[in-house]
Amino acid sequence: MTTWMPWKIACKELKVISRKRSIIFYTIGLPILTSIVFSLVIKNQIANGIPTTLSLGAESIIYIFVVLATVLPSTIAAYSIVGEKVEKTLEPLLATPTTDGEILLGKSIASFIPPILSTWAGASIFMALADYILHSGGLSYYYFPNWNAGVMLLLLAPLAAILSIEVAVIASSRVNDVRGANQIAGLMFIPFVAIFFAGAEGLFAFSVVNLLIFAGIVLIADVILLFLSRATFRREEILTKWK
Amino acid sequence: MIETENLTRKFGDLTAVDNVTFKVNQSEIFGFLGPNGAGKTTTVRMLCCLISKTSGFARIGDYEIGNQEDTLKIRKIIGLVPDNVGLYESLTAYENLDYYGTLYRRTDAQRKESNEYFLKLLGLWEKRDALTGTFSKGMKQKLAIARALVHDPEIIFMDEPTANLDPESAKTVREFIRSLKKEKKTIFLNTHNLDEAQRVCDRIGILNTKLMAVGTPQELERFVRGRKTVIQLRQVNEAILDSLKRLQVKNMVRDGNKLTVDVLNPEEENPDIVSAIAAAGGRIETVTVTGSSLEDAYLKLVRENAQ
Repeated sequence: MTTWMPWKIACKELKVISRKRSIIFYTIGLPILTSIVFSLVIKNQIANGIPTTLSLGAESIIYIFVVLATVLPSTIAAYSIVGEKVEKTLEPLLATPTTDGEILLGKSIASFIPPILSTWAGASIFMALADYILHSGGLSYYYFPNWNAGVMLLLLAPLAAILSIEVAVIASSRVNDVRGANQIAGLMFIPFVAIFFAGAEGLFAFSVVNLLIFAGIVLIADVILLFLSRATFRREEILTKWK
Repeated sequence: MIETENLTRKFGDLTAVDNVTFKVNQSEIFGFLGPNGAGKTTTVRMLCCLISKTSGFARIGDYEIGNQEDTLKIRKIIGLVPDNVGLYESLTAYENLDYYGTLYRRTDAQRKESNEYFLKLLGLWEKRDALTGTFSKGMKQKLAIARALVHDPEIIFMDEPTANLDPESAKTVREFIRSLKKEKKTIFLNTHNLDEAQRVCDRIGILNTKLMAVGTPQELERFVRGRKTVIQLRQVNEAILDSLKRLQVKNMVRDGNKLTVDVLNPEEENPDIVSAIAAAGGRIETVTVTGSSLEDAYLKLVRENAQ
């Protein structure tokens, strides 16, 4: 595998994605909408003063961006792989001297970058708005950024995005349309949502230690699924069984 | 350049390609002619290292199909025009070519030069910045051919390159394929278009899961069915018919005063036929030898194979 070839493949994928309005709107719009809506929620909650549960509420909202990081890449990954089959572009691509690893890595990079950047952008907007609202509402310090948010956004969100991409790759080898692959990959957000509700119910604390442990578990899952996704991407099956 | 020996591919119980043996020489246009489902695409996919063979042997240049070490080397020296053009419709014509040039590890300068050369050659230069989704089928097909050539391959596999094209576009593509021969390219052309095979190919293989015949279009016509001798007489009578039956001519058909018989070698058989008719008192007006067409040959072989 050459180091630059996956990047060249990713650049082409990003060019194609940049011309798909629905994907752009979904990838950029959802995190920004989330940041604005939850900023308004914070504003509403502090109308009668800073609540004692601020920490739980604010960090739960940051965790929502982790959930977004599991949802957004699957759309691009599913389109990037199944879309090639649907649009009949896979056969000439597979006939080139490009390895499976280069193709998969290139597509994974393209599926990773836009969602993670937009997730970070959305989270940054939310943190800035929340700080402004909280500071104006009487909080004597700026709540964000903090270590919890750092671990969630810089460690857990990328790992979650990678997990989502790998599931999308595996799903893509089992279904014949983009929607089907996206739906299967979208199921990946369920365990992350479960953690969210566990946090909201007080069963899981969004502490740095807990988040690091959770990130470690996701990392192990990433490594396992990396091998699985690589094993499921078989040229012959793609050409003869994907109809 | 391309060589196969008992090449076989099975999908479960279904044998798609059955013990196919042939050889394609350098700078030759070799046509694979066969009905839908004959195994043409499967053969091309095996030769392009896209799917594995079940058994047999195949070689592209100096490289062996199925040898992992040779796979990437084979892909570097071949170009593929698949039956579906498979262009990125949200990329421009130039971007499509440039991307493939990148995949074949061409330098920026090489890509720029070949992109411009092929886009101009195929009359697409003015449309280079248009999205391929806006292209007609003919333009897409031309671009797919250009894409298969951007890395200057030695061998080009084309799977039904003129299917679904209007006659003018098909003619342009055929002329372009012929022109590639002058550039010493070896071309493997899958088609079910008899006329195309006859016009474009140096040699043809007729495939219907098994390879039934290989030869030049002229050889195939003769090999399969021989020729027909048509004798126009002033009047046909029983004595003439009896004399020809005694000669044991094949497939004699009478149409008024015209008799048609199958002959394998007209130069040897026709003097005997003429002598027999003359001896029976027949007066011959004309004797014509007609060749059977490639279509006759193809249909006969395919039907025989189906039985």
